[in-house]
Amino acid sequence: MLRLFKYLKPYALMVALALLMEFASSMAELSLPALMSVIVDEGVATGDIALIWRTGARMLAIAFIGVAANLTGGFFAARSAMGFGKTLRSKVFSRVSSFSLRELDRFGTSSLITRSTNDITQVQQVTFMMQRMMAKAPIMAIGGIAMALATEPRLAWILLVVIPILGAAIVIIALKGLPLFKSIQAKIDALNRVMRENLSGIRVVRAFDRVEHERARFDGVNADLTATSLKVNRIMAFVPAFITVMMNLTSVMIVWFGGREVGSGAIRIGSLMAFIQYAAHIMFSVVMVSVIFIMVPRAQVSAERVNEVLDVEPEIDDPASPVRPVEAKGRVEFRNVGFGYDGASEPAVKDVSFVAEPGTTTAIIGGTGSGKSTLINLLARFYDVKDGAVLVDGVDVRDMSQETLRSYLGLAPQNATLFSGTIAENLRFGRDEATDDELAEAAAIAQASAFIAEKDGGMEATLSQGGVNVSGGQKQRLSIARALARKPKIYLFDDSFSALDFKTDARLRSALRKKTGDATVIIVAQRVGTIRDADQIVVLDEGRVVGKGRHAELMATCAVYKEIVASQLSAEEAV
Amino acid sequence: MSAAETGKGGRAAPDIKPTQLLGRGPGGRGPGGHGPGGFGMPGEKAKDFKGTTRRLVSYLRPHLPAILFALVMAVLSTVFSIAGPKILGQAITLLFEGVARSAVDFRGIGRILALLLGLYLVSAGFNYLTQYSMAGVSQKTVYSFRKGIDEKLARLPLRYFDGRTHGEILSRVTNDVDTIANTLQQSLVQIITSAVTLVGSVVMMLTISWKLTLVALATLPFYALATTAIAKRSQKYYKGQQKFLGELNGHVEEMYSGHQVVKAFGYEKRSVARFEEVNDRLFDVAWKAQFVSGIIMPTMNFINNIGYVLIAAIGGVMAAARAISLGDVQAFIQYAKQFTQPIIQTANIANILQSTMAAGERVFELLDEAEESPDAPADSPAALAFAAASGQVSFEAVSFGYSDDTPLMDGLSLEAPRGEAVAIVGPTGAGKTTLVNLLMRFYELKGGRIAVDGVDIRDVPRGRLRRAFGMVLQDAWLFGGTIRDNIAYGREGATEDEIVAAAVAAHADHFIRVLPDGYDTVLTEDATNLSQGQRQLLTIARAFLADPRILILDEATSSVDTRTELVVRKAMERLMRGRTSFVIAHRLSTIRDAHTILVMNEGRIVEKGSHVELLAADGFYADLYRSQFLGVDDEAEPA
Repeated sequence: MLRLFKYLKPYALMVALALLMEFASSMAELSLPALMSVIVDEGVATGDIALIWRTGARMLAIAFIGVAANLTGGFFAARSAMGFGKTLRSKVFSRVSSFSLRELDRFGTSSLITRSTNDITQVQQVTFMMQRMMAKAPIMAIGGIAMALATEPRLAWILLVVIPILGAAIVIIALKGLPLFKSIQAKIDALNRVMRENLSGIRVVRAFDRVEHERARFDGVNADLTATSLKVNRIMAFVPAFITVMMNLTSVMIVWFGGREVGSGAIRIGSLMAFIQYAAHIMFSVVMVSVIFIMVPRAQVSAERVNEVLDVEPEIDDPASPVRPVEAKGRVEFRNVGFGYDGASEPAVKDVSFVAEPGTTTAIIGGTGSGKSTLINLLARFYDVKDGAVLVDGVDVRDMSQETLRSYLGLAPQNATLFSGTIAENLRFGRDEATDDELAEAAAIAQASAFIAEKDGGMEATLSQGGVNVSGGQKQRLSIARALARKPKIYLFDDSFSALDFKTDARLRSALRKKTGDATVIIVAQRVGTIRDADQIVVLDEGRVVGKGRHAELMATCAVYKEIVASQLSAEEAV
Repeated sequence: MSAAETGKGGRAAPDIKPTQLLGRGPGGRGPGGHGPGGFGMPGEKAKDFKGTTRRLVSYLRPHLPAILFALVMAVLSTVFSIAGPKILGQAITLLFEGVARSAVDFRGIGRILALLLGLYLVSAGFNYLTQYSMAGVSQKTVYSFRKGIDEKLARLPLRYFDGRTHGEILSRVTNDVDTIANTLQQSLVQIITSAVTLVGSVVMMLTISWKLTLVALATLPFYALATTAIAKRSQKYYKGQQKFLGELNGHVEEMYSGHQVVKAFGYEKRSVARFEEVNDRLFDVAWKAQFVSGIIMPTMNFINNIGYVLIAAIGGVMAAARAISLGDVQAFIQYAKQFTQPIIQTANIANILQSTMAAGERVFELLDEAEESPDAPADSPAALAFAAASGQVSFEAVSFGYSDDTPLMDGLSLEAPRGEAVAIVGPTGAGKTTLVNLLMRFYELKGGRIAVDGVDIRDVPRGRLRRAFGMVLQDAWLFGGTIRDNIAYGREGATEDEIVAAAVAAHADHFIRVLPDGYDTVLTEDATNLSQGQRQLLTIARAFLADPRILILDEATSSVDTRTELVVRKAMERLMRGRTSFVIAHRLSTIRDAHTILVMNEGRIVEKGSHVELLAADGFYADLYRSQFLGVDDEAEPA
């Protein structure tokens, strides 16, 4: 938490002012009972009505100062805490934006989302509370004790007895209560898990006719959660009753023991009344402090999670003096490339070498897990190679700036991710300045014109988040059009025709061939039919290149390729 | 999940309230209460407040005695504590007068204080009993709500589940039901105690001095004015905050999940710029929302202080004139403080009730969903005939569509003779789930009938029908539990030997034994400690154990490594032997040997026939076959 506070520095003055104001308003609040005692002891007792009014006016003035200070403090606290949150969010977001896929894998997307949103909101909220409640509680407690001592040192021992008892009780409750709350949380999680399993497996549950079994399972966790919640709530029912009793007991003790001192003339009755109020302030502060002790550790967890993100330096960074290829043609070379994912025992690719020339089509084929998509990821420098090098136009991709490298690429990824916004906005995702005509052309090649025209608003039709209002095949076509609109030097199609029906697939590829011209085309595919006309086919098996060449050559020389073909085509078709 | 949470608007309050931190324990007057942060936040509005309230109340009926008990205890607790200040005041008066006369009646004071202490203890006791009994009421009610929802879900047709996200349904079981529980535990009692405190304080004030009471009451309109004026503004800002927060979270979610595309297309700078823009706007409203909502409490306190000073001054003047005792002034000040609390809370409680009713409405909406048609009797002739059926499946003029305007099947008829396979081919789409949905009767037909050995599947109880089918789909569903339990899921009461035999048949026995805990290996949620292929083998084992007569099978093994794929394929082939099978086919051998091929395109069945027939027809299948298995037709011209 403290480490995050370096981002609070720009707001240091505001925080200081907020704390100062909180101090002022607490002081104002604390001085009211003292004035009250003046009214009682000097006004009422002596019948000095003018004094009563005068003191009353002073009290009002002080109360007004108090509320003014409180509001000003609130203003500064709100601005600084929200500003702090804003800075933090922006730092985290731009940090994550600079992450490579490897760092993204490490945290997981959903965890990063929570860290960038909820966790920061938590930290921000506690920063606000710190400037308000957390500042106020100690001030009120200490100030209250000071005032109580100043008013009536003789009664101070009562506080010395009561406050430790209250404090100890709170500590005991917290120690007993927190594990119980944790166990409730665990049981809520269990309930959620059963419910979620039931929802995602509903077809299986019903198919195996195990509805009754699942009902019993849910009832089990439900009853368990209920029993624990009941127990905890019944224990917790003690808390408010206990605190009220303690507060009232204190008042009674003060009147009883203070009364004796009043009787002997050592204490004035107004002071006694003021003392009661101070005692209440102090005890309330003790309760507040205990709430703080519960709150801070929770925010601490969030802060820790945010810190973890900020601590990670993206491992892929631009070189100090990036090299640009002399002439951008799009020639791609894999030179003895080796790479393994974090935590995987086997490298994903080993010693992969091939060249993809401009104006030609290179196809990469192989079973699942053979490392096809890994090659695309390495070329786009989503990951850095462990051995060897990937070169574009003769320059190692690690020597180029990421921006330059990726400006050559037009990627249609395996998972056609679209964003909320209009279709046109999505197609312009890679090149803001693409004209309407260029978009129309890209859409036509991707065989997307017809269904775009059918949409309400055509190119201006809005896609919802995740593109749920278009079918899988339409998504892929838009994703391909997006890559085309970028007019790249290197086209990367990562298994991006899989959801298309076969006629569309064929038309798309034949239109594509006319368009790609001088560009380098790299296609990752599962189906032999898709790629058998490629200029070069690279066959991968368990991360190694086991064959390279045209279809006919590979049929003659490459056993793995023959195997793949055999599983898809009959003997007479394979020729 | 997170999308569902962030999308919930008003309920996803970002504030940390002390009540939440202390859990759901303490009631209104404890250390919890409602933090200043939550004040003036817009709650969700229930559409039919009255109707929902009535239904909620009907759920409480079984607990009526406990609730009445709690309410009586709450009233008693409040009444006893309300007398407190007045009695304490008497002690102070005695003291004051005693000092004036220099003869303090300590015995009298002692008696009063003892009485007072007794009152407080009794009040606290009653308070505890209230909370204790309401804890029971709320937890038991919530238990039956959750149970009711779970049982209701079991009776809902699949259509319901396919139409919404899991997060949406989950949030009704947890968040919505929790909201109701908290309200029952805290707010219900709070309403009563607030009302009693308000009335009681005014009564006590009147017994002390009607003049001072008038002064105290005169401050009331100011409270109302201040609350409404501030709350209105703060709601506006809160709404803005929710809106921009939602926008910001949406952007974060999109950019993070599309990280690869964002990077590939060099979109980072534009993405960050967009984020900053929304972040700035969020800041503009967020600090205002925070600040304005924070104004309410100090303002209330200030008004309270004005009342305090006026009462102290006027009371002081009166006491100086001996028109009122000093102790009464002290007591009155406390009452004046106390009686405004319920007013401040009212706005809060109104908000809480509104969002409770909104939550209740969502729960009732679920409970009111149309259920599946009742099951056919288990002992009907049809059901008995089904029990003896061998597995000949026929579709007779079947019509079906998920919505009325887009039919997927229109008068489809086909025979699947016993032991034969029907292959379904075509690009990915709604095809395979539709088939599962119809055969398993997850969805009802629009026309025609499906029969097994001549028995209409609608004449058979669903459970029995489904037990006759085995299902091996690509997304293997496993639950958190041991491997043994997961296989045993296929049939209730399976013996250890049968489980192992099924695993052996599915080629799963070997990899299971290699695991450190063997059959006792506990699968994590979503079974991430197994590979995709291993998970699929487990579901095949499950199907072996269930020993179904008819099989629905997905051949796709897209995320399985080559070696496992071979094993999976072998296991599937063995499973299909002798059983009528519906296969989502990806392999030529399966397709060619199939008795019937259903050709699907865009979720619709476009052709049907044997391999030879379909090739001869030279239609979509022939095209598809050629393009998929023979390569691209280069001459194809864009249409």
